[in-house]
Amino acid sequence: MIRTGRLFIITGITSLALALVFGALAAIQFIYPDFLPEIAFYKARPLHVSLAVAWIFSCGIGAVYNYLELNNLIRFRYLGLLHWLSFVVTGILIISSYFQGTFGGREYWEFPPVFSIPILASWILFGVVFFSSVIRVKNWPVYLWMWATGIVIFFVTFLEANLWIFDYFSNSVVRELTVQWKSYGSLVGSWNMLVYGAGLYVMEKISEDKSYAQSGIAFILYFVGLTNLFFNWAHHIYAVPSSGWIGTTAYIISMTELFIIGRIIWKWKNTLSTAKKFANRQAYLFILASDIWVFLNLALAILISIPAVNVYTHGTHVTVAHAMGSTIGINSMILVAFILHHFGWNNSGWVRVCFWIINLSLGVFWITLIGSGILKGAALMNGESFSAVMINLSAWFNLFMISGVFLAAGFLALLFHFLFEFLIDFPENLFRKTE
Amino acid sequence: MRLQNKRLFFFTLVAAYLSYTFFVYTSGTETAFKMSAAAQEGKKVFQDNNCIACHQLYGLGGYMGPDLTNVISSRGELYVRSFIENGTAKMPDFELNKPEVDALVAYLGYVDSSANFPNRSVELTWYGTVNNSTAE
Ligand code: HEC
Ligand code: HEM
Repeated sequence: MIRTGRLFIITGITSLALALVFGALAAIQFIYPDFLPEIAFYKARPLHVSLAVAWIFSCGIGAVYNYLELNNLIRFRYLGLLHWLSFVVTGILIISSYFQGTFGGREYWEFPPVFSIPILASWILFGVVFFSSVIRVKNWPVYLWMWATGIVIFFVTFLEANLWIFDYFSNSVVRELTVQWKSYGSLVGSWNMLVYGAGLYVMEKISEDKSYAQSGIAFILYFVGLTNLFFNWAHHIYAVPSSGWIGTTAYIISMTELFIIGRIIWKWKNTLSTAKKFANRQAYLFILASDIWVFLNLALAILISIPAVNVYTHGTHVTVAHAMGSTIGINSMILVAFILHHFGWNNSGWVRVCFWIINLSLGVFWITLIGSGILKGAALMNGESFSAVMINLSAWFNLFMISGVFLAAGFLALLFHFLFEFLIDFPENLFRKTE
Repeated sequence: MRLQNKRLFFFTLVAAYLSYTFFVYTSGTETAFKMSAAAQEGKKVFQDNNCIACHQLYGLGGYMGPDLTNVISSRGELYVRSFIENGTAKMPDFELNKPEVDALVAYLGYVDSSANFPNRSVELTWYGTVNNSTAE
């Protein structure tokens, strides 16, 4: 039988490779706006962001299918295949619409809203396969809870993201923006549920210890995450004049993440000793890196969720640092770990070199985004003109572009290594003998 | 954690989320700022040309260009028109016709009337919140 999980993983790897190319293009255009005018910044940016999100989803979905396949739980296999097919076809259509310059023009999902229909439909297929397969599993480990939550929440919040097609939502900018960011804030939480679930699954396999995924603390962290997913989204829109209690709720709920930060610090020694134990596993190396990036990005996220800090950082590259810091440092590291573990690829010097290029350049990349964001925020608050600010910051943007190119190169080298390894056993590795 | 407790927590959170959603959709976002037909037309032009990839409203969007929330009141309509009609070295000329530009200006004017961003005269409290004073 064909392995749907692997189809999704390979699709994810391909999406990331393309996302990196368009990301680098967008970064170059920040400094040289005339560079490749056929794919100007307003096309390059959505191409980059949508493909980056496609990587996270595709690989996260792949992890779930893999679990179902490896544990012989999967039912309605053909619906899963149909899910993959519609993912790919819709993706190609969306990319073509960006190239053509046909937009829906709302941030992040910048494609025309008709494409939401096949996305929602394919997600129903995913839900049917997943729930009919896991219904027989007793005493769900926490990652099954997370995957189940992610699947349902994506559907609900993606539907919500499309409510603007109704006048009730779109004829007030306050309502439209509030609902838009309400949906996005929770939607990001839904992919985090898929990815963190995959991360926990990998750790369970590496450590051969099944107790953590059943433990009280694992579930407490899951519920803290779920509470934030539901109620913290308004920290994106403190600037939008909706009712005051919406912002206050977000502020209070966002601070519950301090508990997670505290726990990371508390457990630090523990993490280090685990690190020594599994240092020979390259998958673990990426999990460890993601732990460090969780710490850094969570600290940043908590800080910019404080309204008094947010007034200065909102609308600057500090937000981009948060967005890319988390999607690269946390989500992508976990997914790379998952891929390495899943295929059993280990001990390649190549991977180790890529690991260091990626993490070091990500460090510089992240700092340049934060630095340029803080400076821009301060300058605009002082009433300086936008063009003067951009000229003064050009050294920062140059450093951003250069570190970004290294980051992209590090990832691309890793991804091509993956594709190469994959092709060695192709096509046998796409199939599994049915018992 | 017992299964019963997990379910209890889960469904309590879901119920709270659903009721919260209801309040956000209604009282939380009830404002006096309703859009005119011209502004709605302008919103469509704004979306069709993906202005948000380079610009922000209320600080939300892409960061290649400036925030446009208060561009009409701070720069004036003529200035805005000339940017939209001609483009710049960094901003493409979208070759919009006159009704489209009029609609865009109406939309940006509508957004402008709804808020003040960035608010430069904020007062911070020791517990991290912001008291808005609308005076510039
Ligand atoms: C490719 C990026 C890009 C796109 C797309 C874009 N702009 Fe711009 N826009 C800019 C940049 C950059 C500036 C700042 C002027 C400069 O540096 O050239 C600007 C300036 C402006 C200004 C003047 C703002 C000020 O405060 O000086 C207005 C108004 C404007 N754009 C409106 C629009 C509208 C409306 C659209 C959509 C139809 C749009 N722009 C699409 C990049 C873009
Ligand atoms: C794993 C790799 C990556 C992921 C998952 C990722 C993800 C994202 C996301 C989610 C955004 C939206 C940010 C926001 O609006 O706040 C974004 C924007 C952007 N990214 Fe990336 N990114 C990746 C790699 C890169 C690389 C390597 C570069 C540069 C070489 C790059 C350049 C950009 C640029 C220029 C923007 C637009 C910022 C703006 O509007 O000013 N990205 N990326």
